[in-house]
Amino acid sequence: MTETLSDTLLTQMITPPPSPTLRLDHVSAGYGELTAVSDVTLDIEANSVTALIGPSGCGKSTLLRSINRLHETIPGARVSGHITLDGDDLYGAEVDPVDVRARVGMVFQRANPFPTMSIRDNVLAGTGLRGKRLTRSQGDDLTEQSLRDVKLWDEVKDRLGKSGASLSGGQQQRLCIARAIAIQPEVLLMDEPCSALDPASTAAVENLMLALKTAYTLVVVTHNMAQAARVSDTTAFLSVTQPGRPGELIEAGPTKRIFNDPLRQATRDYIDGKFG
Amino acid sequence: MTRTSLAIPPLRPGRGARRADTVATIVMWACALIGAVPLVGLLWTTISRGLARLDVTFFTQSMRGVIGPGGGALHALMGTALITLAATVLAAPLGLITALWLVEEADRSSSPGVRRFGGTVRLVVDVMTGIPSIVAGLTVFALITLVAAPGTRSGIAGSLALAIIMVPVVARASEEVLVRVPEDLREGGLALGAARWRVVTKIVLPTARPGLVSAVVLGVSRVVGETAPLLLVAGFTDSMNYNLLSGRMASLPVYIYSQWQNKGVDAAAYNSRAWTAALVLVIFVLFFQVAARLIGRSRKETQK
Ligand SMILES: Nc1ncnc2c1ncn2[C@@H]1O[C@H](COP(=O)(O)OP(=O)(O)OP(=O)(O)O)[C@@H](O)[C@H]1O
Ligand SMILES: [Mg+2]
Repeated sequence: MTETLSDTLLTQMITPPPSPTLRLDHVSAGYGELTAVSDVTLDIEANSVTALIGPSGCGKSTLLRSINRLHETIPGARVSGHITLDGDDLYGAEVDPVDVRARVGMVFQRANPFPTMSIRDNVLAGTGLRGKRLTRSQGDDLTEQSLRDVKLWDEVKDRLGKSGASLSGGQQQRLCIARAIAIQPEVLLMDEPCSALDPASTAAVENLMLALKTAYTLVVVTHNMAQAARVSDTTAFLSVTQPGRPGELIEAGPTKRIFNDPLRQATRDYIDGKFG
Repeated sequence: MTRTSLAIPPLRPGRGARRADTVATIVMWACALIGAVPLVGLLWTTISRGLARLDVTFFTQSMRGVIGPGGGALHALMGTALITLAATVLAAPLGLITALWLVEEADRSSSPGVRRFGGTVRLVVDVMTGIPSIVAGLTVFALITLVAAPGTRSGIAGSLALAIIMVPVVARASEEVLVRVPEDLREGGLALGAARWRVVTKIVLPTARPGLVSAVVLGVSRVVGETAPLLLVAGFTDSMNYNLLSGRMASLPVYIYSQWQNKGVDAAAYNSRAWTAALVLVIFVLFFQVAARLIGRSRKETQK
């Protein structure tokens, strides 16, 4: 009796119930008069990959960019609701969006290495841009570690001084991921990170996502259903229910369940490719 | 009419279309040539008449005490260099800051009031590009009257007048360069947790640098041949003057004008010097224009 009790206690201690780190609470976002996405409530677990899927224009990018407060850099943009990371309100009155973006990294659809910087300087760009100074050896270590994490080290270690623009598209995207993780964010947002890549580079980035989730919480927007099924633990389906209405969260849940047994017909249709 | 086969007609223009093609080609070539005639004529006249005095003396002597042949334009070359340099020092930062403010601040402001003010500034810059240079000269002339004896002439006054002409040129050209910096790069910087000003100094400016240099060089090429404002506020002298702050200062365009206007006994000598100065000035302007283009082009190539 006492043994079973301590056993359950032990398992509870070893595998604590997954705690949501990132909470979206009734989040709406838009541009001026237009509301792009409305009333999304979603819990995102730590060290998981969450896929955001949905038809074009349903507000996936807008929602994603609200999480790192990049959305508000567009004139006229607005966000309402609450987003918390480990209990901290990211939109709190005294919170500097610059600090939010250091905690929540982002990788874009189009790889955007800084063209005037070398590969090494690209990796270290985040520290420099945050006004931190590194010694030469600290910089070397961080460069190597970040490039190893994205499996790019062996391909570029002999040309760290070359421009980041000299790499292939897939390598550039991995360089951008290295740049994002070099500042050690807690969450990594990815907006269609593979849509401009060939199948081999896509597979490389997908494997990377699976590897990165041990250290980071990933939120990935994708139009590729197979990719969502392969890499994500949780899937959230957003859609526009009627033309002219903002995008809404239709349903979210474990990826297996969403793909095999969705609650809503709209989800099933979208996943089966019957949408529109 | 019997159809024996389903042959696809060859995609060759008919005879009429071919004739129209030929005519159009000839007309276009003719237009291009007619357009080139004045340019070639101008260059030819300047070179053929200017070569005579393109000698060492021209670049090593001033006109001090020279009557008739001999003499040179060193004082005018020096004056143009100093006046243009000072004008650039005044105008380039102002033009760049205006462009930076417009693109990086006003356009991105969340306040509609600031965005509207940005539009007003753009309009003012556009209007300023059209200001006749003599008006810039008169403005400075009037300003000088406020602080010194009316009619006081100096190199720096000339610089000020040229700067007024240069600011909008630099602002406009840099604005176009800054707008072309991909938004991706700015967002990439912001997403790394960078403050806006750091994104500007560490990403936008380095990316745009060759284009910005070319914008400044374009501004220089715009003012280096200006005559009227310099005649008005920098005046003219036959002697060297290295001091921008006091005394009249010669410049190449005004030198041309005064050689032509005040011919002495030996008119041919004066004419000849004027043509040589004109040739040197044309070379300057061409040099700056080509430099601006080359610098701008190297930027596009490095971005690929
Ligand atoms: N900068 C902007 N200004 C105004 N409206 C915008 C802007 N960006 C997006 N929108 C609008 O917001 C809505 C949502 O756009 P969003 O880019 O978030 O969609 P998405 O789901 O990411 O689409 P996609 O799958 O094509 O990337 C769309 O109706 C779009 O037209
Ligand atoms: Mg999108």
